[in-house]
Amino acid sequence: MKFSSLIFANLFRKKARLVLTVGSFAIALFLFAFLAVVRAAFNQQADVASADRLISRNHISLSEPLPLSYYEQIARIPGLAAVTHFNWFGGIYQDEKNFFPQFVIDPEHQRQVMPELVVPDDQWQTFVHDRQGAIVGAKTAKRFRWKIGDRIPIQNSRYGPLSTWDFNIDGIYHSQNPGGDETQFWLQWDYFEEKVPQDFKGRVGWYTVKLDRPNSALSVSNTIDSLFDNSAYETKTETESAFAASFVKQFGNIEGLIMIIGSVVFFTLLLVTGNTMAIAVRERTGELAVLKAIGFSDRAVLFFVLAESVLIAVIGGLLGLGLSALAIPGLSSALAGMLPPLNLSATILSMGLLAALLVGAVAGIVPGIGAMRMRVVTALRRI
Amino acid sequence: MTGENGNGKTSSLIQVRGIDKTYQRGQEEIDVLRGLNLDVNKGQFVAFMGPSGSGKTTLLNLLGALDVPTRGSITVAGDEITHMSRGKLTEWRARHVGFIFQMYNLIPVLTAFQNVELPLLLTNLSKAERKTHVETALTVVGLAQRMNHYPRQLSGGQEQRVAIARAIVTDPSFLLADEPTGDLDRKSADEIMALIRTLVKDHGKTVLMVTHDPMVARQADVTFHLDKGVLVEDGAHLVAGEPA
Repeated sequence: MKFSSLIFANLFRKKARLVLTVGSFAIALFLFAFLAVVRAAFNQQADVASADRLISRNHISLSEPLPLSYYEQIARIPGLAAVTHFNWFGGIYQDEKNFFPQFVIDPEHQRQVMPELVVPDDQWQTFVHDRQGAIVGAKTAKRFRWKIGDRIPIQNSRYGPLSTWDFNIDGIYHSQNPGGDETQFWLQWDYFEEKVPQDFKGRVGWYTVKLDRPNSALSVSNTIDSLFDNSAYETKTETESAFAASFVKQFGNIEGLIMIIGSVVFFTLLLVTGNTMAIAVRERTGELAVLKAIGFSDRAVLFFVLAESVLIAVIGGLLGLGLSALAIPGLSSALAGMLPPLNLSATILSMGLLAALLVGAVAGIVPGIGAMRMRVVTALRRI
Repeated sequence: MTGENGNGKTSSLIQVRGIDKTYQRGQEEIDVLRGLNLDVNKGQFVAFMGPSGSGKTTLLNLLGALDVPTRGSITVAGDEITHMSRGKLTEWRARHVGFIFQMYNLIPVLTAFQNVELPLLLTNLSKAERKTHVETALTVVGLAQRMNHYPRQLSGGQEQRVAIARAIVTDPSFLLADEPTGDLDRKSADEIMALIRTLVKDHGKTVLMVTHDPMVARQADVTFHLDKGVLVEDGAHLVAGEPA
């Protein structure tokens, strides 16, 4: 483009100011990308939730157990394909920061209820016949470089005094759903039930029910809850996605927090860039007047200001997003104990770049219109 | 200064008829130019002198279509510019006017070549054609060897030469020079005036110049004095203040 030399020359005119403004964009976009992947990581649990599964938990809270005896009663309800139960194990592998979700599962019904989490048959059979067996998700296996046959000690103080539980890695599961959770660690109900103190025996964390038809979710959940009305352990049954959403809410209003931080960051960026462009235009009043005098139109002058503002935004945005692409995999590993896995998607990168473009354009529009409306004679008189 | 063809129509390049320019300052109206008439022929070198506030620069701004008169008309090469829209005036300026300012007004972040090329960016010329035009203009002003220098690497006289090259590169109908030597030492001023004379004599350019300096004004074909908004002729060749 024939105007590029003028636009780039103006862009690099004040290098320190350019570096600071581009730096502001880079940091803001890095923060945006990080917040967006955290939000996506939390929402992913709800996104991959199945529409034909219900979670039935203690009405009081997820941390309160339900009796194992409910299993038979739930299984008798018409319209169910299968029922299984889970317990949160909550052990520690070597160090607390090495967090990954560990579930006590019911091997008999697990694969019927969770068919998308696939374990090869031979591995599954080994697991079923090994009381100390464990199945681990592909991501966690990769993270700790575990392989089939490894013996893994996990400490637990949730169920009685601190003790070490040893497990044999019998299999590795993969999720057939894109973005599905491959970080879980499954251990056998029988081994768990045998080892926990008396107080914890016969108690499960929650039931997961697979429906024959997704549209029966409401009636089945009502049936389950009415079954245990006025009992010592009332249930609260909801779809898996609603359950995942309420699980995320336990961390606080992540979505709202991220939106507020993101809005403040972008608004501040708008002010910083708007101020930079206003100063730049004010400094160049005489030059812009000369351009107009020699025949550049008002629109051309507006275009120069906007182009400069948008270029700052794009350069800073690309830097910030590039930095986040480099840093987020490392951050994801470092924060593995505190946050779900973080994945920087193309959507987040595109949204970040679009947001940068918008901020750049909006920041340039006011000084640009000022430059456009400037009268040549008045501006030349000021020189 | 004026001329007529056989049909009784004027052949002047620039015709100014009865222009007034009034500025509003608060409640007060200030008449800067009053009933001014002027004819300038093609290839003529005209100087305007006068005390500060006499309306010299205002007249130049009107002739350059940077401003519009309160009353009256200005016709240049057959175009009546007084009633053109702002957008049309901008296009018209690009084709017809070359500006030379006292402070040169070069873009400091562009080289001499890029500064001279600026007006050509508004044309449909190819990059190669633009290059040829810029090199020619810089050769005319004697700065072909300095085309890759930035303004800060040039002397004041050289900067003004670049500004002159920028003014002539599109081959406009006429040049407007506002105190072109006002910021230069005598030697540089003489060189610039010699260059402007060359443009008039050898290249047939029409130049209208504002100056405070009588020595500079003396080099013009004709000098007008502006006094309280009225144009007064100073020279035997001209009829000023009266249309033909």
